[in-house]
Amino acid sequence: MRCRKTTWYSRFPWMLVVFVAAFSIPWLGSRYDTFLGTQIAIDALFAVSLNLLVGTTGLVSFGHVAYFGIGAYICGILMKTYSMPFALALPAAALGAAAFALVFGFFCVRLTKIYFAMLTLAFSQIVWAICFKWDAVTGGDQGLPDVPYPALDWMSAIPGFDSLRIADQFYLLTLVVVVLSLMAIQRIVTSPFGRMLTAIRENPERAAFIGVDVRTYELAVFVLAGGFAGIAGALFGIFNRGVFADYVYWPKSAEVMIMTILGGIEYFWGPVVGAATLVLLNQQITSYTQYWPFVLGVILLVLLFAFPGGIVGGIAAGLARLSGRNGRDVRA
Amino acid sequence: MLEVRGVSKSFAGFYAVTEVSLVVAQGQIAAVIGPNGAGKSTLFNLITGHLQPTAGRVLIQGRDITGVPPHRICGMGMGRSFQRTNIFPKLTVLENVQAALLAHQGRGRNFWSRADALCREESATLLASIGLADQAHMIAGTLSYGNQKQLELGIALASDPKILLLDEPTAGMSANETHETIALLERIAGERGLTLLFTEHDMAVVFSIAQQVAVMHQGRIIADGSPATVRADAEVRRVYLG
Repeated sequence: MRCRKTTWYSRFPWMLVVFVAAFSIPWLGSRYDTFLGTQIAIDALFAVSLNLLVGTTGLVSFGHVAYFGIGAYICGILMKTYSMPFALALPAAALGAAAFALVFGFFCVRLTKIYFAMLTLAFSQIVWAICFKWDAVTGGDQGLPDVPYPALDWMSAIPGFDSLRIADQFYLLTLVVVVLSLMAIQRIVTSPFGRMLTAIRENPERAAFIGVDVRTYELAVFVLAGGFAGIAGALFGIFNRGVFADYVYWPKSAEVMIMTILGGIEYFWGPVVGAATLVLLNQQITSYTQYWPFVLGVILLVLLFAFPGGIVGGIAAGLARLSGRNGRDVRA
Repeated sequence: MLEVRGVSKSFAGFYAVTEVSLVVAQGQIAAVIGPNGAGKSTLFNLITGHLQPTAGRVLIQGRDITGVPPHRICGMGMGRSFQRTNIFPKLTVLENVQAALLAHQGRGRNFWSRADALCREESATLLASIGLADQAHMIAGTLSYGNQKQLELGIALASDPKILLLDEPTAGMSANETHETIALLERIAGERGLTLLFTEHDMAVVFSIAQQVAVMHQGRIIADGSPATVRADAEVRRVYLG
């Protein structure tokens, strides 16, 4: 029999410590560290948004990249073609991605399990095909190069920030947007709405008979997840100085799914850890061998077999064993 | 309270339930019995909206609920438990009933408060009334089978039902657990003035608490009345009671 208890490591302000450490990278780390940090932050938000579906609600989406890509294109087009400020383009990207998620999700939530997964994949491939061919708006296979950085002059006015390069400043902006988004998502997950989603994951039939309209809740979380993926995509387009059809192509859905599962879908911070692990592994291995996909695949296999609950699941189990408890404490 | 009017259900031409009519009065404890495959569970799924009848109507308190989806029927005063245990296994016991209370109070759309802080006292009271107060913080899936069934009852009660449908509430229980469950059901039904409709295999259970017994055989109701009349019915003795 198991109980859930709180322990020192679940009460420790991990988030604050990590945030402070991450925030100091532009001053303490190299240019390359900032680059990696930006990528990890963006992927972390993307993966956590996917986990709203996979871990929280039990909906496996293979097409989450669609909303990431739509966010990237909307923000990129608005900022480049229409010279719109970032402060407007970012919310527009989130709302746009959420709107597409509403339309596609309307059909997807009518199916369950593998059929749901296949339909999400189908929609994402449609989005990719349109982005790849619609030259006038998306730049087609040439993509949308030279998306400008947001105007960050105001940041240089802050003492201590004036020495930073624009890439560093954008990193800090990204970090703040990502952390605020993660806090919002965590709030959603622990809310009564989040509890209903968990009930749906655990037992949709029972959930319906406590009065939960399963499809409507699934659609609502699909839209939320799409919106947050759109924010991640918008940041990614600026970070990469351009938006390309690759961002909407299915391997990126697989990549974010790997991050999520690798980190641990039962834990709120699992996908964040998964994103950091995959980005760092990727960078390390590429610098040693050209056969990096092979090495990466082997490492992932070993990790997934060693920690079926993901890295965070493995750590939690280890800590629980160390302290002689059988609890599952840090679970969101 | 509950009225089933000439309900039939066919699966690809095979009639699992044929023209079943049944009336359960307010406050009554009624049982549906019958051999395996008689159509009891199908009848339950028709009443609770999980299946749509091919013909006929279902009414609660005079309101037609035929074709209403389960999540709405739940709000119209009907609670149910399932034949296979149906709880939220990875949530704690407290969180199970808390989720049901939140859903019942229509607070599921609130996505900004902390769920943990809401309905705590109500949840605790409810757990105490079904005898699970000590297990409140255990992961529900790790409870004993009998306790899981109790919890399922608690989840159903959270929606404050007027009528409760229980599909084999004592299936798979030890004699002791069966006895306790029956005592619990009787007490709760009495306290809350609930109408109960349940299916059951165990005849001792049926005849110990039911005030009304309906016997199903091959998708039809072949007898319906007080335990004494049903027990004396020649047809029932032939097909079922032996």
